[in-house]
Amino acid sequence: MIYTVSRLMGACAIAALSTAATAETLTIATVNNGDMIRMQGYTDNFTEKTGHTVEWVTLEENVLRQRVTTDISTKGGAFDIMTIGMYETPIWGANGWLVPLDGLSEEYDVGDILPAMSGGLSHDGTLYAAPFYGESSMIMYRTDLMEAAGMEMPDAPTWDFIGEAARAMTDRDNEINGICLRGKAGWGEGGAFITAMSNSFGARWFDMDWNAQFDTQPWADTLNFYVNLMNDAGPPGYATNGFNENLSLFQQGKCGMWIDATVAASFVTNPDDSTVADKVGFALAPDTGLGKRSNWLWAWALAIPAGTQKEDAAKEFIEWATSKEYIELVAENEGWANVPPGARASLYENPNYQEVPFAQKTLDSILSADPNDSTVEPSPYVGIQFAAIPEFAGIATEVSQEFSAVYAGQQTVEEALAKAQALTNDAMEAAGYR
Amino acid sequence: MARAVTNNRKALNTAIAWSIGLVIFFPILWTILTSFKTEAQAISNPPVFLFFDWTLENYAVVQERSNYMRFLWNSVFIAGGSTILGLIIAVPAAWSMAFVPSRRTKDILLWMLSTKMLPAVGVLYPIYLLFIKMGLLDTRLGLTIVLMLINLPIIIWMLYTYFKEIPGEILEAARMDGASLPKEIIYVLTPMAVPGIASTLLLNFILAWNEAFWTLNLTAAKAAPLTAFIASYSSPEGLFYAKLSAASTMAIAPILIMGWFSQKQLVRGLTFGAVK
Repeated sequence: MIYTVSRLMGACAIAALSTAATAETLTIATVNNGDMIRMQGYTDNFTEKTGHTVEWVTLEENVLRQRVTTDISTKGGAFDIMTIGMYETPIWGANGWLVPLDGLSEEYDVGDILPAMSGGLSHDGTLYAAPFYGESSMIMYRTDLMEAAGMEMPDAPTWDFIGEAARAMTDRDNEINGICLRGKAGWGEGGAFITAMSNSFGARWFDMDWNAQFDTQPWADTLNFYVNLMNDAGPPGYATNGFNENLSLFQQGKCGMWIDATVAASFVTNPDDSTVADKVGFALAPDTGLGKRSNWLWAWALAIPAGTQKEDAAKEFIEWATSKEYIELVAENEGWANVPPGARASLYENPNYQEVPFAQKTLDSILSADPNDSTVEPSPYVGIQFAAIPEFAGIATEVSQEFSAVYAGQQTVEEALAKAQALTNDAMEAAGYR
Repeated sequence: MARAVTNNRKALNTAIAWSIGLVIFFPILWTILTSFKTEAQAISNPPVFLFFDWTLENYAVVQERSNYMRFLWNSVFIAGGSTILGLIIAVPAAWSMAFVPSRRTKDILLWMLSTKMLPAVGVLYPIYLLFIKMGLLDTRLGLTIVLMLINLPIIIWMLYTYFKEIPGEILEAARMDGASLPKEIIYVLTPMAVPGIASTLLLNFILAWNEAFWTLNLTAAKAAPLTAFIASYSSPEGLFYAKLSAASTMAIAPILIMGWFSQKQLVRGLTFGAVK
């Protein structure tokens, strides 16, 4: 009897020791947005299941980007998991800076990740980051103002219709702007919007020899259409408006239409924050009939830097955070409208989620975006609102500054396009592409 | 008549000074007010000033989400440590430059100041690589050393200016009385320069407290101070201005209180030697 008890105690001690030996503390760098903050609140669930604990480093998007880029390029090892986007993932994967996410468990069901997402987060067919949530862009519009204008929003409108509707909905006396769009300088702000818009007008950043294309007619058409539309129906000072400024205007009932990230749908339909929550409709981003729409594709995804010593624990976390079970956990506690959208096909097959008013349009928008075929004419780059090359962020920030100067009335469309053409070609030549 | 003009002038000067003070303080006041609003009130247009439903919800959310005390302790350690370490090095350096200058002293002073003109990002990668090699990444010790080095030129310059105002004859007299160099600095020079040293200490503590480039780039979870705490509430995709304001108020509150209580010493020190 004593012998049995001793053996049992010994087994317990070994089990306890082995658990302690494998339990890790993971340091995770992430962005400050609703879904990521919500995930931090459920960390205890992960710890209960695996024994691993988590320390969060939450930073503003641009600060995070600089911080993790410094760390991964120097193999600093400050983080075990990084939250990165579709722009960084293929570039860092190609550099060998990320751990390939192969060998994920069967229960995880990697095949359930939407192909647009897994495609944008892979390099040479290898997945390097798992999408936590994905987004495209779409039209959010005021159903009451549209009705008052005597018009009806099609499911997939053209830019001509949007222009007509925006001008009809504009009521300057009552501070209602027909349309609100990003104009703020920055490759991820106004630069992202105008690039996605230009795709629908048949423009592209580069031809197949990496020559800049700002001297072509589609770019002039894009920029002229945008400037005329915003001058006629946009809010004052739109040159400095980004996502947050337009969200604020829309929530206060000062925009007839807003074309922006699909994640905004949950904000504008939330009655706690939005004065127009019950008057919002959704439609696909507009086109010009050339075969490409003006919606983008983005994902915030979790990746493991190659320098980490805790690769196995990091993989366990990624499997947990991007799993179907996590989505159900959030739905159970906070409702289906609050689950991270845009990553898994099974979410959109779920009848509970189908009842969320913006679910179908979000899925349709994501499915209509293809980062590998984003332009009417062939282009050498992957990406819709960006070109996935390391030089793009710097070049696009400068180009978007030139465009914002047009929106602010400081120069003409022709001048901005000429400057964009010159600075892009110079940068590409310096980088050895031309 | 002359007295009336003087009084009018005084009143005008007071009004101008108060107006400038209010303009400078207004962003801080607005941040504090916003921290007591709901997110919807924080973005309302026209903005609401005082008449809104005051709430402590943002503070509750921030407390629940972040370990404020850890960030605060890191800030106190890093700002305090770098300032004290800087003073220990700067007092003898400023003494030698003020009282036993060489031909190169002015050049050295200018060269030290020129290092402040280098954009910090220009040396980010070398410093980061050094930190990795020395195991200082995400440590309070590493940040303390870096902030001390960054602020050292300012500390030396300030102390040098104050020391120059002290007559060298007094120190000579102490030497004649047999005081050794350490005793001369500790018992004669330092007491006479207390206002200057105090204002240098306070100003550098504030500079180190507010430093937001190195403190964000060289830390992760363990050594992150209050600047990282604020950065965690900023978001380009989502309106969290009320929570951001609550986090900012919590981050600036200690330094604001300290500045309020030590303003006399600060002003006295900063104007030390300004009027001869």
